[in-house]
Amino acid sequence: MSATRTQEVDGEAGYNFAYLDEQTKRMIRRCILKAVAVPGYQVPFGGREMPLPYGWGTGGMQVTASIIGKDDTLKVIDQGADDTTNAVNIRRFFARVAEVPTTEATAEASIVQTRHRVPEDPMTEGQIIVYQVPQPEPLRYLEPRETECRKMHAYKEYGLMQVSLYEDIARFGEIVTSYSYPVMVNDRYLMSPTPIPKFDNPKMDDFPALQLFGAGREKRIYAIPPYTKVKSLDFDDHPFAIQQWEEDCALCGAEETFLDEVILDDQGGKMYVCSDSHYCTKRRAEGHTGTLSESAAKAYAAAVGAAPEPANPGPAKPEPAKEEA
Amino acid sequence: MYVAVKGGEQAILNSHKLIAEERRGDPAVPELTLTQIKEQMQLAVDRVMTEGSLYDRDLAALAIKQAQGDLMEAIFLLRAYRTTLTRFGESEPIDTARMAVRRRISAAYKDLPGGQVLGPSYDYTHRLLDFALAAEGGVGAPEAEAAETAVDAAIPRVTDILNHEGLIEEEIAFDDGQGGEGPVADLTREPMAFPADRDLRLQNLARGDEGFLLALGYSTQRGYGRNHPFAGEIRLGEVSVEFVPEELGFPIEIGEITVTECQMINQFAGSAERPPQFTRGYGLAFGHGERKTMSMALVDRALRARELDESIEYPAQDEEFVLYHSDNVEASGFVQHLKLPHYVDFQSELQLIRSLRKRHGQDRMEAAE
Amino acid sequence: MDTTSPLLRVRNLTHAFGPVLACADVSFELYPGEVLGVVGESGSGKTTLLNCISARLAPTNGIVEYDLRTKGLTDIYALSEPERRLLLRTDWGVVTQNPRDGLRMDVSAGGNVGERLMAVGARHYATIRGEAEDWLQKVELDLGRIDDKPKHFSGGMQQRLQIARNLVTKPRLVFMDEPTGGLDVSVQARLLDLLRGLVRELRLSAIIVTHDLAVARLLADRLIVMKDGKVVETGLTDQVLDDPHHAYTQLLVSSVLQV
Repeated sequence: MSATRTQEVDGEAGYNFAYLDEQTKRMIRRCILKAVAVPGYQVPFGGREMPLPYGWGTGGMQVTASIIGKDDTLKVIDQGADDTTNAVNIRRFFARVAEVPTTEATAEASIVQTRHRVPEDPMTEGQIIVYQVPQPEPLRYLEPRETECRKMHAYKEYGLMQVSLYEDIARFGEIVTSYSYPVMVNDRYLMSPTPIPKFDNPKMDDFPALQLFGAGREKRIYAIPPYTKVKSLDFDDHPFAIQQWEEDCALCGAEETFLDEVILDDQGGKMYVCSDSHYCTKRRAEGHTGTLSESAAKAYAAAVGAAPEPANPGPAKPEPAKEEA
Repeated sequence: MYVAVKGGEQAILNSHKLIAEERRGDPAVPELTLTQIKEQMQLAVDRVMTEGSLYDRDLAALAIKQAQGDLMEAIFLLRAYRTTLTRFGESEPIDTARMAVRRRISAAYKDLPGGQVLGPSYDYTHRLLDFALAAEGGVGAPEAEAAETAVDAAIPRVTDILNHEGLIEEEIAFDDGQGGEGPVADLTREPMAFPADRDLRLQNLARGDEGFLLALGYSTQRGYGRNHPFAGEIRLGEVSVEFVPEELGFPIEIGEITVTECQMINQFAGSAERPPQFTRGYGLAFGHGERKTMSMALVDRALRARELDESIEYPAQDEEFVLYHSDNVEASGFVQHLKLPHYVDFQSELQLIRSLRKRHGQDRMEAAE
Repeated sequence: MDTTSPLLRVRNLTHAFGPVLACADVSFELYPGEVLGVVGESGSGKTTLLNCISARLAPTNGIVEYDLRTKGLTDIYALSEPERRLLLRTDWGVVTQNPRDGLRMDVSAGGNVGERLMAVGARHYATIRGEAEDWLQKVELDLGRIDDKPKHFSGGMQQRLQIARNLVTKPRLVFMDEPTGGLDVSVQARLLDLLRGLVRELRLSAIIVTHDLAVARLLADRLIVMKDGKVVETGLTDQVLDDPHHAYTQLLVSSVLQV
C-alpha cells in the first residue's frame, strides 16, 4: 500500500486522485491510525458526501480512497461476489478516479473492499480488507441514545448485550443472531463486525491482514490490527457456533464455504452455490465439480451472464465425503 | 428459470442510457434549459441550494435538470459537488439588519417601523388553478407597479425593538470561555457530537429536510412540546457577503445573496435569577423559503428545552432524534439501500428460521407423546 | 466486618435548585445492619436527599462517604463516574417508587435479575438462570413467569422483581424510595413483610424514604423526620413515633388515620 502524492488524473478532469482532496485523505488516515491504535473503538470522522448515496458504501469508499495508491490492486465484492451491481459500481468508480488495476482474485489484491462477507481465500500479511459498515454501533438497537452508548464503551459496561443473548436463549433455546454477530476485540471493545454472516466471524480472529471499517452515514471508522484477538460473544454453556449446510456447492463441490440459496422454479426447487464467486470459479478451474450436471451448470452460467466454462474433466476425483463438522 | 440478480457492467450502462432517455422525454419537445429552471422554478432552486448547502443558482438548476425534477436527488448532487470544492475561508456573518428588504411581515405588531411589506407572496392568493398559465405563449411578461415610496433602506428587526425594553433574550455569540468568540462548528467537516450546541443544531436544521422539520414544527403547535410561538418577523431580501482577505485586513464585499429569515418569539417563565423574558427560535434559508424557516425556528426553540430547563417529553425536543434524522440525503441513502442485495444475511435468517421451526415441530411432537 | 465504623456517613448535605433549598445541612450516620427511615410529607426534601446520598445527584454542598470494601470510608463524589456506576450495580441497590424506572420492561424477569450478574462477567447461562430462579422464589414470584416481561406483571409483582434485581449481587446497602407507594393495602402489607424478612436474613443496611409512618414503623430501626428540607427530629423509630418531641412530628403522627 502506498498513499502517493497526487496530481490530477487524466481520465477525470477536475478530480483529485481517488476523488477526495489530500486534506480529507490525511484527516481520514489520522482517524485510521487512531482506530488501529485502539482496536475495535469507533473513531468519529468528518465524513464527506460521496457520489454514491449513504448506505451504499460511502464509508468503505472513503477509507479506500484515503489509503489507495497507484501501486495498489483493488478487489471489490458485495455479498461475496465481484459481479453484483454495487460491487461493479464501486469498482468502476475507483477505475475512473484512481485508474488503479482491479482484480477478482483475492490473492492478487492489495486492498479488498467488501460488503458483508469475508473472502473464502485466506488473506495474508500486507493485504488490507476494508469493510462497508451500515451501523457501527453494536448497542444501537438495545440503546438508541448515542450519549449512553459512548459511556457504555468508555466504561466497558456491556452487560446489556449479554442480556440480549440471554433473552434469545430463554425465548428460542439458542442465540438467534445470524449476522452482525457482536464480538469483543482485544478483550476490550465490543464491536459490530458488520452484517457479515456469523459464519465469517471466526476468520476475523488472529487475522493476518489489516481490517478497516468505514461507516459513511454514521461517520465512524474502526480497525483491527493484524493478529488481534476477536471473540464472538456467547455463554460457556451455549458456545458460539457457525452455520452449517447439509448440501455442498452444486457447482464446485466445496464443503466449507458459505452457500447462497438459488431458487430454480416456482415449486420451491433450489440449489446451493458458493457465495464467494471468485473462490468457486477458481475451484472449478482446478477441476472440482459439484453435483450439478454439466448442462445445468451451463444453463446457470448463461442465466447469470457469465461465459459458460468448458467441460474440464481433469484427473478423476472421488466424490468428496459429505461429513458434517 | 431463475435469473440471478447480477447486473454487470453492461446492465449499468444500459440503465444510464434509459434514464437519459426518460430525462429528455419527447425529443420533439424543446429541451429544458438551465436558464428556464433558474428563472421560472426559483423556489425549487432555492430549496436545493438551502438543503444542498451551496449558494449557486446555476449549479442548483443543473442538478434539478439532471435529477429530472427530483429535488432530493438534486440536493444530493449539489452536496456531492460541494465536497470537491476548496474552502478558502469563512465570510463575516451576514447582517440581516442591513438587508435590502423585499418582503417583511410581523404577526406580533399591527404596525411597526419599516411597515408591513407584503412583497411577493402566495399567502393571499386563491388556490385556484390558473389556466391562463397553461396557454400557448404563456402569460407574456407581467409587470408589477412600483410603489409610490420606496421601502426603507434600513429596517430594524422586531427582536431589536423588543430588546430595548429587555423583553426578549439576547442572542449571544458563542463564548469560548476566554473572553473571545468561539469557533463555529461545521458539520460538513466534523461529525456531530452530543450534546450538541446551538451552532451545530442550527446548521443541521438549515440543511435539514423541509418536510421533516415542517412535521416536527407542526407537532409542537399541536401540543407535542408547545412553546407559544409568535412570528416576530419574517423578512426576505438581499444581503451582502463580506470576506476579509489576509492581505487586506479589512472586509470586502464578494457578492450578494438572497435569504429568508424568521424570528419566532416564544414564551418563557423566568427563574428567580432571571426576570421573565421572551425566548427565541431562529430560521434561515437561502432564497425564498418561509415554510422552511418557520419550521426551523419552531424546532430550534423546541430543541432549546434542555438549556431552558424545560422537561423533554416530545420528539421535537429530542436532540438525538431530530438531528440524526433531519438529513434527507442520509435518510434517502439508507432507506433505499434496502434495494441492495441482502441475500447473504437473508440466507442466514432462512437457515435459522428453518432450524427453529424444525425444533419447534419436534418439541410439539414430544409434548404430544 | 468492623461494626464500629459507619457504613455511610453524611455530613452537612445541602442541595439547592436555583434559589430553592431542597435539603439543608443534613447529617447522619448509618451502621451496618441498620435500617434508617426518612419520613416527611411531599416537598420535605426527602427524595432529593435520597438522590444525593445514592450518588445520583451531586449535592451543592456537603459530603457523602461510603465504606468501600477496598478503600474504607470514601467520598463517593470523589470517585470517577465508572466507579460510581459500578457501586450502584454491585454493592448498592436502588429500589425506585415506580418499578418502571428500575426495571427493563422489555426484558424477561429472568433477564432483569440476571443482568447485574452478567454485567460483572457471569457467562454460564444455566447458572445465571438458576440464580434468577432462586431470587424469584425468595421474593415469592411464580417461577413459571421467569420468561415473562414485567410489563405484563401487576404493580406488586413488579416491585418484587425490582427487589430481586437489586439483591442478586448481595449489596450491603439498599436505598428505597416509597417502595410500597401506589400498591393496594394488602399487597403493601405482604411486600413489607417480605422486605422485613429479607433485611433481617441478609443483614442488609437500608435507607427508606417514605411518607407512610406505618411503613417506617415496620421497617426502620431509626428515623429522621424532615420538613422543608431540614431535619427536625431523629431517634429510634418507636421513640419518635410514640413520643414525638417536635411539633411537626407530633402533627404527622396525629394525622395518621386510625382505622
